[in-house]
Amino acid sequence: MITSLRIMMRSQKVIVLCSIILSFLFIITILAPWIAPNDPIAVNLANKLQPSSFEYPLGTDHLGRCTLSRILYGARISLGFATLIFISSLGIGLIVGTIAGYKGGWVDQVLMRLCDGVMAFPNLLLILGLVGILGPGLKQVIIALMLVQWVYYARIFRGMVLSLKEQNYIAAAKISGSSQWKIIKKHIIPNVLPPLAVMGTLEMGWAIMDISAMSFLGLGVQPPTPEWGAMIHEGKSYIRTNPELMLYPGLMIMLVVVTFNLLGEALSERFGVKRR
Amino acid sequence: MGTYILKRIMAIIPIFLLATLLTFGMIHLSPVDPAEAYLSAAHIQSTDEILAQKRHEFGLDQPLHVQYVNSIIKICQFDFGISYLSNKPVWEEVTYRMPATIQLALGSIILAILVSVPLGFLAGIKKNSGIDHFSRLLSFFGASIPSFWLGYLLIFFFSVKLDLFPVEGIGTWQHLVLPSVTLALPLIALYTRLLRASVLENLQEPYVLFARTRGIHEKVIMGKHVLRIAISPMITGLGMNLGKLLTGTIIVEAVFSWPGFGRYFIEAIFNRDVPVIQCYVLLAAGLFIFSNLIVDLIQMCIDPRISRKGGQSQ
Amino acid sequence: MRRLRTERSNVLTVSDLQVKVQTKEGATTLVQDINFELEKGKVLGLVGESGSGKTVTSMSILQLLDRKTTTIEGSITLQGRELNGLDDKEIRGIRGKDIAFIMQNPMNSFTPVFTIGNQFVETIRSHTALNKKQAKELAIEAMQNVNLPNPAKLLKSYPFQLSGGMLQRVMIAMAACLQPSVIIADEPTTALDVHNQLQVLRHLDKIRSEYGTSILLISHDLGVISEMADDVVVMQHGRIVETANVYELFDNPQHEYTKKLLNARLSIKHEEPITHML
Repeated sequence: MITSLRIMMRSQKVIVLCSIILSFLFIITILAPWIAPNDPIAVNLANKLQPSSFEYPLGTDHLGRCTLSRILYGARISLGFATLIFISSLGIGLIVGTIAGYKGGWVDQVLMRLCDGVMAFPNLLLILGLVGILGPGLKQVIIALMLVQWVYYARIFRGMVLSLKEQNYIAAAKISGSSQWKIIKKHIIPNVLPPLAVMGTLEMGWAIMDISAMSFLGLGVQPPTPEWGAMIHEGKSYIRTNPELMLYPGLMIMLVVVTFNLLGEALSERFGVKRR
Repeated sequence: MGTYILKRIMAIIPIFLLATLLTFGMIHLSPVDPAEAYLSAAHIQSTDEILAQKRHEFGLDQPLHVQYVNSIIKICQFDFGISYLSNKPVWEEVTYRMPATIQLALGSIILAILVSVPLGFLAGIKKNSGIDHFSRLLSFFGASIPSFWLGYLLIFFFSVKLDLFPVEGIGTWQHLVLPSVTLALPLIALYTRLLRASVLENLQEPYVLFARTRGIHEKVIMGKHVLRIAISPMITGLGMNLGKLLTGTIIVEAVFSWPGFGRYFIEAIFNRDVPVIQCYVLLAAGLFIFSNLIVDLIQMCIDPRISRKGGQSQ
Repeated sequence: MRRLRTERSNVLTVSDLQVKVQTKEGATTLVQDINFELEKGKVLGLVGESGSGKTVTSMSILQLLDRKTTTIEGSITLQGRELNGLDDKEIRGIRGKDIAFIMQNPMNSFTPVFTIGNQFVETIRSHTALNKKQAKELAIEAMQNVNLPNPAKLLKSYPFQLSGGMLQRVMIAMAACLQPSVIIADEPTTALDVHNQLQVLRHLDKIRSEYGTSILLISHDLGVISEMADDVVVMQHGRIVETANVYELFDNPQHEYTKKLLNARLSIKHEEPITHML
């Protein structure tokens, strides 16, 4: 018992720390247009490949653009769209999961088999396939990610609806004073939030990885839009002379993904949720 | 045991059909008309006449279900059509590039197994020791680091700075090292974690205690009894993650300019070379199904409960 | 009339045994002031409810407790040889050979992925210089002694293919085949139905009479104790509350706790009478 308490306390600290880091990241993302020292897409060939200076705190890239500004704006792409994907796949998952749980029968079976199929396939492959049909571009990558990530949430919501159905019978059977809504609030929602939170943090991390991977391959963001994965791709030609061009964006990706993963793990420990 | 294998093979057929249906649907749901895509990739000006002719050539004017059946028949003969870009049979292009990817994949799997088995095993036995902490750190970061960045980091340190390995390309075993390591790291992260967790679980089991009461040497208990059982989830994980391996090759081949099938696939996506895309997706599905089967077979050999009880013991 | 207990007739002597475990809050005593003797060819019953310390006591005899967190103080001697504090190699030589252990749940105790024969032969060859063939023959002989049908076939079977009763008998065969001085049987009948319970007790008794093996019989089932034990030790909360000859214990219990245990037993109806089989 004491051991689990200690785990909870340690997880609590990690959760708080990660949340602080993520909040900070989100804040600078939102404030990017105001705090970025320069225009991220302003080309200035005379200034190309400069080291760190006061005007360009992280130096410039091969087109003379300010690296720091590009990183800040890149955060908007990564974090912003990851959030968008999270919200939309949550929504899709809510709808599909609710339908599956509510209708039951063969509708449920078909939908769940579909989920199984999608979950079994590696993310990136499905996304590549979808981008193959829809064509390269950031919009297509986002759509592809949305179409792939909802399955995890669908399962959770389906479970919620199933237990809700059971509650209906119980509530009808016993003459209880509390309303349906109270039962939902008190019993169902606390059971749904932890897996959603765990899944959400992990998914955000994966989404950011996938967006940058696709952009790295040239299939996501198109130039001159700044994005961390694309920046690594651009920086690779200068690995001998200016390794920092690919170092900084990579560090950012890692920082964000590590924080999300840590948060996800700590949440799953704290709330006793099993990970995928 | 024979019936079990047969049952598993029978179960594959519907999945295979589903995969073909999906890729078929992919092509026809795509906003791009295959005939148009072909013409634009071949840089032929498309007039209505030429377009109609091409569509007839591709059989696009036939009813959908006929097209579908035709495509399945062709797939069974390994006929995936002609690449829009190169005008050569897709299968020819694939087989030309496959060996490089297979080499990379094999190198990574072998490396991953060689590292994860001892690491995960020791981490589980000596919980909270130095090696345990190391394995947990490795597992965590291995799963969080983007592989394309890792690739470049390795190139930077080992090629540029230390000049130990070539930066890119294929040819000697030195060319294989960095790409394999890059591809293997996420696998190592996963397998080590799986094995460690499994070992920890098994250490609590009664059979370990019983073996001790019989006076069996601790090393034998760990190495013979526990390892045999604990490795099972890791093998399942291996099979289920061959898909991750495949997507990994795409990225690694891009980073290291490795002339494999993954790189070809990306080019095809850029060029909207639909037959190649279709072939890749189908092959990926096939690999996925096949690997699950292989893993099941291996499980059957390791754990006698599965075959004799008809797979219920899991 | 009390018989004089000489040192020589005592096979296993436990003196002032105390076991402490280190937890996050500090050191907790699991058992203390444990004293008992096991005579040659006799059955000592160890009675108590769950958590009374029976298993801890038996585990400490074989030094099977986690060395990093538990400390064992006191003396445990097997035919004059001190067991407490022995190094790994020496205690391993004793486990399974001089002191054998029979586990509570036979269905879980065997390693599921190896055949019975593999594990039986493994045990034999850990303690003797016999080759595989000889070890197999010894195993078959031991299994015949517990009336297991078709031992050769059983050796090739996997644990999940056998019933609980048969597995328990295999365990007994494994325990007896190297002719140990002591067999510790931890709740050997709890996981079995009544018919198999009788069989198990009968086999244990046969081993006792044929080889002169002493048996430390741990059980919370007073029926089993009354059938088999010569002497009884009653444990509660990690201490011994009463030690007596089995007849005295049942006819004339001294300690309050013993009385409570006996009363609880008498008020439960037996479905079938356990007939006196010895």
